[in-house]
Amino acid sequence: MVEQEGLQRYFAHLILWIGIAIVAFPVYLAIVASTQDNAAIANGQMSLLPGGHFLETYYRTIFVGASGSTREPVGTMLLNSFVMAMLIALGKIAISIISAYAIVYFRFPLRMPIFWLIFITLMLPVEVRIYPTYKIVADLHLLDSYAGLSLPLIASATATLLFRQFFMTVPDELLEASRIDGAGPFRFFWDTLLPLSRTNMAALFVILFILGWNQYLWPLLITTRDDMQTIQIGIRKMITTTDALTEWPVVMATAVLAMLPPVFVVVVMQKLFVRGLVETEK
Amino acid sequence: MQKQSVFQSKLLPYALVAPQLAIVLVFFYWPAAQAVLQSFLLQDAFGLSTTFVWFENYRDLLGQPDYFAAIVRTFAFSFAIAAASLSSALLLAVMADRPLRGGTVYRTLLIWPYAIAPPVVGVLWVFMLNPSLGVLARGLRSMGIDWNPLLDGTQAATLIILAAAWKQISYNFLFFLAGLQSIPKSVIEAAAIDGARPMRRFWTVIFPLLSPTIFFLLVINIVYAFFDTFGIIDTITRGGPGRATETMVYKVYVDGLLGGNLGSSAAQSVILMVLVIMLTAIQFRFVERKVTY
Repeated sequence: MVEQEGLQRYFAHLILWIGIAIVAFPVYLAIVASTQDNAAIANGQMSLLPGGHFLETYYRTIFVGASGSTREPVGTMLLNSFVMAMLIALGKIAISIISAYAIVYFRFPLRMPIFWLIFITLMLPVEVRIYPTYKIVADLHLLDSYAGLSLPLIASATATLLFRQFFMTVPDELLEASRIDGAGPFRFFWDTLLPLSRTNMAALFVILFILGWNQYLWPLLITTRDDMQTIQIGIRKMITTTDALTEWPVVMATAVLAMLPPVFVVVVMQKLFVRGLVETEK
Repeated sequence: MQKQSVFQSKLLPYALVAPQLAIVLVFFYWPAAQAVLQSFLLQDAFGLSTTFVWFENYRDLLGQPDYFAAIVRTFAFSFAIAAASLSSALLLAVMADRPLRGGTVYRTLLIWPYAIAPPVVGVLWVFMLNPSLGVLARGLRSMGIDWNPLLDGTQAATLIILAAAWKQISYNFLFFLAGLQSIPKSVIEAAAIDGARPMRRFWTVIFPLLSPTIFFLLVINIVYAFFDTFGIIDTITRGGPGRATETMVYKVYVDGLLGGNLGSSAAQSVILMVLVIMLTAIQFRFVERKVTY
């Protein structure tokens, strides 16, 4: 055991609390602002303590919307974000796990070329192919649709690699045993492999849900209709109008609502989150 | 590496990879190929005819002072964001790594901002530092600083860097903490027995052993600063004032949006592609080495 002097220990606690304060302050300010009167905030007279407009602001945010630039209620945006995040997370897991299954448990002529084709997409993030991808989605008439929001983001080299790596560690005896029991490729996948992958899938889901929920550039490009906006796009449109017209309590309430689901996932499923994060970055 | 026992089937494996393959070909390779092709084409002013011009688009682009400035700016932002975020996260991780009471509570309280989306981060920081109503802006003003990021390019850039670094602290903290906890305690104890004080132990023992993590995080942070800052920039400054906060990714977006020059926008995409390939290659070479450590 290395020595720990009392003073040093207090110093460590102090630094950590300063860190936590720096990390939490902007969010605290958003929560406080969402409960205050717009006029006070606009005058620069904002108090650092919660005000009394909590219910009123959140009701208006979720069901009515900001009156500035967009009249879309945030409830619709939350629904769009949720559908998109779920489609991206579940879609990525579904198509990756079956590709990995094919690559590990079958031998076919194009096995390795296909593996590399999937792998190289790691190097083609949406930012480097923005407009050509937009054009294809437009040609397929997928603008302003859930399919357009999720399909182009659903391929996943990371998830495929992860499942491939995991399948490689599954003992061969399992396959032989289920073969003796008369199981075909579907039965083996469904009854043996899938239950074994449960933890991996859950860890991956946590990371991919956050990733999907926080998408910005892609939805910004392909949604033109207000009722297809995700919450990340909606919040940006709320502050486009000049300062005086921005309804800060509503904007801040939207910010709080936008971060609530992913933060909740991180805090409640911390173990799975850390596992997923470490595994997907390998 | 291959499995010893496999299933025999001619068509089933193709059916299984088909969905992923279709998406990859339609939404990844086709657009990427389009970008490469377009970067060699020049369209006349009316969009009636296109000619193959080899590298003319690239030459024009690299000759533009605006584009050159965007490249320099992107790299400067990346290093500033990485430096600010890595150093503060390392300090916090070293403090949390001590056998303190409530260690897991500290971890929980520090990692959750990872989940906040870049545009929301932007909105939070705009609100704090808005020149007319921001709480922190008021503080700066009372200290005699003429704070107005809407007009002052350096201040706008500082704001972007701070907001982007703030978001990335939790991620770096998590990996630093894992790295610190994997250093064998016996090594640190040995240094302590030799009479090394905490500061010396940190710089001569812990820091070198942590260097693989630092390098890994450096690459990740640069990639983050290149691409994920888009949402922060778009909500805080929109690339302005002037072009003071326009990064390479933001410039592709703006140039394409204005619908100006297809060839030039495609050439910018291809340059970004090359950068991503290089960064990914560095990352993978490094990961290979980390595994054998």
